[in-house]
Amino acid sequence: MTALLAVEGLTKSFGGVRALDECSFEIAEGSVGALIGPNGSGKTTAFNVITGYQAADAGGLTFRGRAVRRPDPCRLQRLGLARTFQQPRVFPGLSALENVVLGRNQPWHALLRDRVPGPDRRRAEELLDEFGLAAHAHMPAGRLSYGQRKLLEFAGVLMAEPVLVLLDEPTAGVNPIMVKTMEDHIRRRHAQGVTFLIVAHEMQFVMSLCDPVIVLDHGRRIACGAPGEVQKDPRVLDAYLGD
Amino acid sequence: MTRPGPHSRIRPAGTIQAVAFVAVVAVLPLITGQHWLVSLLVFTVMYAGLASAWNLLGGYAGYPALGHGAFFGVGAYAMAIGTSHLGVGGGYRPFVLIVPIAVGTALVVLPIARLLLRTRAAAFAVLSITLMFMVQTLAYNIRSLTGGSSGLIVPLAPFPAAIFERPFYYAMAALLALTLAVCWVVRTSKLGLALNAVRDDEDRARGLGVQTELVKLVAFAVSAGLTAAFGAVWAYYITFLYPGFAIDPLLALGAILMAFLGGRRTLWGPVVGAALIGPAQQYFAYRFGASQLYLVAYAALFLLVIYLLPEGIVPSLARRLRRLRRASPAAATHDQVATDSIFSAGDLG
Amino acid sequence: MHLFVQATIVGILFGGVYALIASGQAIIFGVTRTVNFAQAIFTILCAYLSYTLFTDFGIDPFLSILVLVPAMFAFGIGIYVLLLRRLSRSGAELGLLVLYGLGIGIQGVLDFVYKTNNRVITPGYANNSWTVAGYQIPEVRFFAFLLAVAVLGTLQLIRQRTKLGRALRATTQNPVASRLLGVDVERISAIGMGLGVAAAGAAGGVFGMILPFNGNTQYDLLSKLLSIAVLGGLLSMPGTIVAAVILGVVESVVAATISPDWSAFSFLVVLFAVLIIRPQGLFGRRLRGAL
Ligand SMILES: Nc1ncnc2c1ncn2[C@@H]1O[C@H](COP(=O)(O)OP(=O)(O)OP(=O)(O)O)[C@@H](O)[C@H]1O
Ligand SMILES: [Mg+2]
Repeated sequence: MTALLAVEGLTKSFGGVRALDECSFEIAEGSVGALIGPNGSGKTTAFNVITGYQAADAGGLTFRGRAVRRPDPCRLQRLGLARTFQQPRVFPGLSALENVVLGRNQPWHALLRDRVPGPDRRRAEELLDEFGLAAHAHMPAGRLSYGQRKLLEFAGVLMAEPVLVLLDEPTAGVNPIMVKTMEDHIRRRHAQGVTFLIVAHEMQFVMSLCDPVIVLDHGRRIACGAPGEVQKDPRVLDAYLGD
Repeated sequence: MTRPGPHSRIRPAGTIQAVAFVAVVAVLPLITGQHWLVSLLVFTVMYAGLASAWNLLGGYAGYPALGHGAFFGVGAYAMAIGTSHLGVGGGYRPFVLIVPIAVGTALVVLPIARLLLRTRAAAFAVLSITLMFMVQTLAYNIRSLTGGSSGLIVPLAPFPAAIFERPFYYAMAALLALTLAVCWVVRTSKLGLALNAVRDDEDRARGLGVQTELVKLVAFAVSAGLTAAFGAVWAYYITFLYPGFAIDPLLALGAILMAFLGGRRTLWGPVVGAALIGPAQQYFAYRFGASQLYLVAYAALFLLVIYLLPEGIVPSLARRLRRLRRASPAAATHDQVATDSIFSAGDLG
Repeated sequence: MHLFVQATIVGILFGGVYALIASGQAIIFGVTRTVNFAQAIFTILCAYLSYTLFTDFGIDPFLSILVLVPAMFAFGIGIYVLLLRRLSRSGAELGLLVLYGLGIGIQGVLDFVYKTNNRVITPGYANNSWTVAGYQIPEVRFFAFLLAVAVLGTLQLIRQRTKLGRALRATTQNPVASRLLGVDVERISAIGMGLGVAAAGAAGGVFGMILPFNGNTQYDLLSKLLSIAVLGGLLSMPGTIVAAVILGVVESVVAATISPDWSAFSFLVVLFAVLIIRPQGLFGRRLRGAL
């Protein structure tokens, strides 16, 4: 298996805070990776830098074998790298259906075609159905609950059939049943060949679903490996229990 | 899709609205021969178009543009210079200039738009109005072209006195129809969806592969081009330009007021807003003079609209209509879809 | 060269007045995230009030500040409480429009009361100036500059040394976190708005002594204030002050060496040039960051 995404020496500071410190890791094609670490260890920052929302101070990344010089969210998404946000982000004024349809990539010359063309509508309806949101298809997304917005955001990301999906805390703040639902969705997509990198705090969820597990602390990668190994690593215990 | 189904862009209800609107607009100036009334119609139709054009950028994409007076002024001066310096000829000939003026403005504005669109929200509002002040200063200072503060005269159109306003009215009405057609195409296309996404959360839209830069540029350029076209007709009608008058900070504010009053997330909202405010604006201006209590009335109206009707008339009416229909169970499901899309094309606020 | 230095001196002195008005605007933006499109007309309003106090009651414009500052402070709080507070949820752009609309209304009232001919406040010392090393230093501008320095210094002391100032700065940086830390954000925002408008109150009289004004002057001043705000980065106090002084100097130098017609324009060119390189202004951070 080759590395689908390789991150090399990523560094990012905010004023005096080093959010990422020479952070390197690889995600093999077809894996479900986990990115874990205590609060403020730089997980979200890693996602932001990888997807081009924030510019790195140093370091680089390779996606699908190509070096990405200046990551740009739009271009990366079109190459197959999609993400969700820690606080779910939907388009509150658009219907749930349109939220999902937006995920489909469009060439510039299709801009004047139908707002929601038939095939996209059917595909989006399937996705909404799969995520249990079919009943809300025509409701403005702003009126959905927190958990529903997380699901909707995930569904929208899948519309473009991405190769690699970065999920920032898909299980945070939702009830245990929803955690299970999320896990099922991830497993199903994984079986269809989608690669994942997931930030999560629920250890049970991580240990049962993910391999490899990458551990960050103070922006540095302190461990990386199979869940069993990482769990026993003394440095990981230190990081979580405090120094 | 050939058959107009529930998801087609062209719906019977929309077609009826469009035909009825065209009929009303076409007949209106024939009802009365009073010059001041027809003149009031000319300005109202113009403002309906300006508000709709502003809405492309300010409403659909949510970019608070305050400087559309600049594009209007550019169109007006281009018309004046075209007729007086270039010798296009009189009569109906100057109307031909509208096309190159609109297209030219849309193209010239592109590099500036690229720069402005790097900012958002408050900063964008500030820069857009700053651009307007810049254009105004240019109009004051490039005297060889604009006549500076002493102004520029456009040759009076040789139309028969009894129906002098009509050619201008129909030119404005044609531009309004074009503007509404453009708005309709945008709303029912992916471009509109992308613009709405930009309005709701531009950064997330980028992350979903939406070409935000491109769609914003298109909306900006088209909005500016249409605004310039109205300016061009206005210049020929008014025949006298000077910078503070042709490049007016209040123009964008008027358009915004109308769009807000009618409902800035809808197709017909700006038209409804203009139909209500346009005549009142003209009346105030005649009654109270150009810039005194007129401004006070205007400001009061503005604040009332923002505080009492933040969503606008059309969406509020649509909601009431929907509630009424829902009360009668037979019509419920089908009409839900219909009203949703007539008034808001999935763009519920 | 003499002309250039002379123009620079005059420009710096008047730049202080711009800095005073624009700092008020920056404080307001900090606490309400609303660009105060009415800051210019507030200044003009105070210029008219000083004018009336001077011509009808013989009160020196520098003295009338003692009345105008508290009055404008209360006025600012009133605007916040009546107009801005209830908008906070529906977005800052709406607040900007509200203030713009309000400004136009005020202009309407002023045009009605004072008519539209140009006014200027002319106390006895209006045209006096000192000559220092061959350069003219106009008295009014000099005292206006001193006034600006004094007011800005006081504001800075309030911001740095008092509890209120700390709350102001905290609210400016992060309203949500401030609320969690027990800051009464609404009260602080109201006071911030009051302080910002009071700055316009302090500047109105000197503005009216230096430049002839009428209601329409608001657009002229507004375009300058907005340019300063963008160049200075909207939030940053030092940025605002530096941008204001740059404006004063550029304007004055261009007026003296090229033509007064192009003085306003030249600053706008500087502004756009800076924005091509730094969209966030000279000192500012990006306005609405990515995340
Ligand atoms: N925009 C920013 N400006 C300043 N500091 C920031 C910014 N974003 C993150 N930080 C800081 O960088 C560090 C890493 O933050 P990050 O959000 O990446 O952590 P995280 O691992 O995602 O934490 P959590 O588990 O709480 O989501 C933190 O100390 C945070 O305060
Ligand atoms: Mg995080």
